[in-house]
Amino acid sequence: MSVTPYIVLSSILFTIGCVGVLTRRNAIVVFMCVELMLNASNLALVAFARQHGNLDGQVAAFFVMVVAAAEVVVGLAIIMTIFRTRRSASVDDASLLKY
Amino acid sequence: MTAFWFLAPIMVIAALGILFVRKAVHAALLLAVVMISLAVLYAALDAPFLFAVQIIVYTGAILMLFLFVLMLVGVDASDSVVETIRGQRLLAIVAGLLLGLVLVTGVGQISLGAGTGLTEANNGGNIQALASILFSRYVFAFETTSALLITAAVGAMVLAHRERLTPKPTQAGLAAQRMRDYAAKGTHPGPLPPPGVFARHNAVDTPALLPDGTASEASVSRVLAARGTVRSAPALADDIEEVQRQLGEAPHAGRTGAASAEEETL
Repeated sequence: MSVTPYIVLSSILFTIGCVGVLTRRNAIVVFMCVELMLNASNLALVAFARQHGNLDGQVAAFFVMVVAAAEVVVGLAIIMTIFRTRRSASVDDASLLKY
Repeated sequence: MTAFWFLAPIMVIAALGILFVRKAVHAALLLAVVMISLAVLYAALDAPFLFAVQIIVYTGAILMLFLFVLMLVGVDASDSVVETIRGQRLLAIVAGLLLGLVLVTGVGQISLGAGTGLTEANNGGNIQALASILFSRYVFAFETTSALLITAAVGAMVLAHRERLTPKPTQAGLAAQRMRDYAAKGTHPGPLPPPGVFARHNAVDTPALLPDGTASEASVSRVLAARGTVRSAPALADDIEEVQRQLGEAPHAGRTGAASAEEETL
């Protein structure tokens, strides 16, 4: 079984996540697109682990998941803080770092 | 490969849906579809541990966190279609298409061959094999992860914590403030009027009627008023007459009849 289709699917998902980050305005949806990109890279890691017959790729995917969990916690807390001060979750409204 | 060819179109369509749906909640649900499909693909790729972790950590924890924040922020936080930078959306789509084209053709050009497969590596069980790698070669990364997790937890607590700048108002203080408002501005010191209760309408979106027949705005939640779902009182009166007409009674005849019957029982 060749893993090429998995890699192609992973690159398509990564591209979609990338376009989402660039086009969407809602900060939470932008964050979801970042998660989609992380998931796509995970799929590539797991597929290549199978291709090469060792488990290092799976361990890497596991670490990516841990980092993604930590990132989501902090990122959503930041979005909450921005929403509290500006009453908006749009990425365009937070154009200034202060005030 | 059956699972792959079945799930891949679903995943791509769901991922594209994240780009186009208006509401963030729908985007979160589409992301859940992508993540669960990914979990199934992990199972097909001989990664049963990651299959479980993907479902528990990603769809169970991370996505629920997204939904919690969406509930806190409000479902109506839809993004506007107006572009802040002119032509940015078009450029982004063109750049995305180029990136996708390069990645897909680049990956499509190379032939990876049949691959080794994980039957040998998973010999003593996938989880046991992963654990032996994780706690030998990657033990330092694993230890560092704990620092990362502690930092994330403390960071989230610091960011979400709000310092109380004023002392917490006591019940006596609130009562005194209410009386001061009454003296200064004439605000009604008592509780707000409850929503109107009619013969068949006791829903919260029905405003109470004041003695002069007008609807009391204070009796309906301002959220309902902002959403525009408050029933109007005159329309309700029409409604009652319409039902009476359907029952075949003359207007007001039934009402006075019931009132006199009530008086008799009293």
